[in-house]
Amino acid sequence: MSARPMSIHVDLLRGPAAAFDVDRIREDFPILREKVHGKPLVYLDNAATSQKPQAVIDSLVDYYSHYNANVHRAVHLLSARATEACDQSREKARAFINAASTNEIIFVRGTTEALNLVAQTHGRQNIQPGDEILISGLEHHSNIVPWQMLCNEKQAHLRVVPIDDAGVVPLDRFAKALNDRTRIVAIAHVSNALGTVNPLAEMIELAHRRNVPVVVDGAQAVPHMRVDVRALDADFYAFSGHKLFGPTGIGVLYGKEKLLEAMPPFQGGGDMIRSVTFEKTEYNVLPYKFEAGTPDVAGIVGLGAALDYVNGIGIDAIAAYEHELLEYATQAISPLDGVRIVGTAPHKASVISFVIDSAHPHDVGTILDREGIAVRTGHHCAQPVMDRFQIAATTRASLAFYNTAAEIDALVTGIRKVQEFFS
Amino acid sequence: MTSDLNDLYQETIIDHSKRPRNKGVLEHATHHAEGYNPLCGDRVTIELKLEDGRISGVGFQGSGCAISTASASLMTEALRGKTPEEAEQSFEKFHDMLTEDKAPAADLGKLAVFSGVRQYPMRVKCATLAWHTLRAALQGEAKAVSTE
Repeated sequence: MSARPMSIHVDLLRGPAAAFDVDRIREDFPILREKVHGKPLVYLDNAATSQKPQAVIDSLVDYYSHYNANVHRAVHLLSARATEACDQSREKARAFINAASTNEIIFVRGTTEALNLVAQTHGRQNIQPGDEILISGLEHHSNIVPWQMLCNEKQAHLRVVPIDDAGVVPLDRFAKALNDRTRIVAIAHVSNALGTVNPLAEMIELAHRRNVPVVVDGAQAVPHMRVDVRALDADFYAFSGHKLFGPTGIGVLYGKEKLLEAMPPFQGGGDMIRSVTFEKTEYNVLPYKFEAGTPDVAGIVGLGAALDYVNGIGIDAIAAYEHELLEYATQAISPLDGVRIVGTAPHKASVISFVIDSAHPHDVGTILDREGIAVRTGHHCAQPVMDRFQIAATTRASLAFYNTAAEIDALVTGIRKVQEFFS
Repeated sequence: MTSDLNDLYQETIIDHSKRPRNKGVLEHATHHAEGYNPLCGDRVTIELKLEDGRISGVGFQGSGCAISTASASLMTEALRGKTPEEAEQSFEKFHDMLTEDKAPAADLGKLAVFSGVRQYPMRVKCATLAWHTLRAALQGEAKAVSTE
């Protein structure tokens, strides 16, 4: 590791980040000790999925080693312990986003399932022919396709607020797109392709003036900033555990209790019922009404451990450190000749997407990989964003709190190598 | 630069990626197809002209990475004068070279420069996009083909 010092550049990261002990934190992530093609791993693909601290890995082993059992079913001790662990994780998730009640925390597979759940229950119940669903031009496919499917089914219209050249959804355009036919607004808190942070509180206030509920794709926001669903007054808020240093296969749908109560179930099966006869089924209370079948107990346990871990560092400290690191990265990459950053919103989080004149992103990704640097290349499941900028793909570096300024320097060196190679 | 990167990006590949041959509209094309790699968003259009049972010209349009551009470019050169059956055989040999652990077929000619791609499984689709699209064009498939 001596060849590439992992200490941060104190002179460059000197705000609140100076006190952030990133070297200490990196020790919690065993994967960061891996070598890739003989080089230290520089993991800059956190928007795709984050790495897991030892505490999360241990929680999974502990669950399977000591209290693996199904939940809400048996009277035996292991089932009681597993059930209690799930209840505790639900409370941790509630507290993490400041929901009013654990009844409002639905465990799902991830953000995609959460958004589909809302579209297929609240959406199907409330959308009529001719109605409009409003989204923005920077959405991930998972916040486009479920609404498109609903619109096709209901002969409703999907309206899109376009983004500007910086990758911003202008608030005045958003306000103008809202109208008497708008029934749902579905919007990302943070863009996965560009890093733009939307003015969510203002958007929600504008929608609520017309009594339109707002569904938020929070997948890229929750790992990087404090989210308070009550302060935002969000109606639904979805996020994934695996982008939040937890396991894959687990996520959370927050919904206001009143809305969730009024919705039909998403899937039928065990756990979501109170009583079943062949004539009639009485559904279970919240949150179980939306959790048919055996849940991902290990995933729920791991998510709880991830939330504990993040709380141990402090989400505000994480946000402050990452803000400075993103600033550092932007200042390092933007002056490079032949390199253009795509997405230059004034308010961004975690993501730097860029194109290099002389090289296609796919070639950039391969050459950076040989340097040990993991980035994402492609359209980032946001093809309309690429179309807006008339490009097929970008190279995306996305940060987490365990990344360092030295790793940004390695990325810059890697970009120079790409340019030499294709000069 | 590490030597194995040079195995992938051989000089001929870099040359064809920077100065692709037969790129543009092909006049009087008899067959065409569009190909799409959803993994990276690359699109390619292949046009070819079949005369007396032989391919008398091939052209391609689209933009992609160095591997997919060079592959399309070298393919257009390799196919001239071949029958559709011979073109299909070339694709099979080319595909085997990229995916199987054996020496490339001796008659692949210049196409052998892609042998390094085998070490980069994530890039095999880049190298085969043009070929999949060619197959679709020869079979007259109207729908755009996808590498997925």
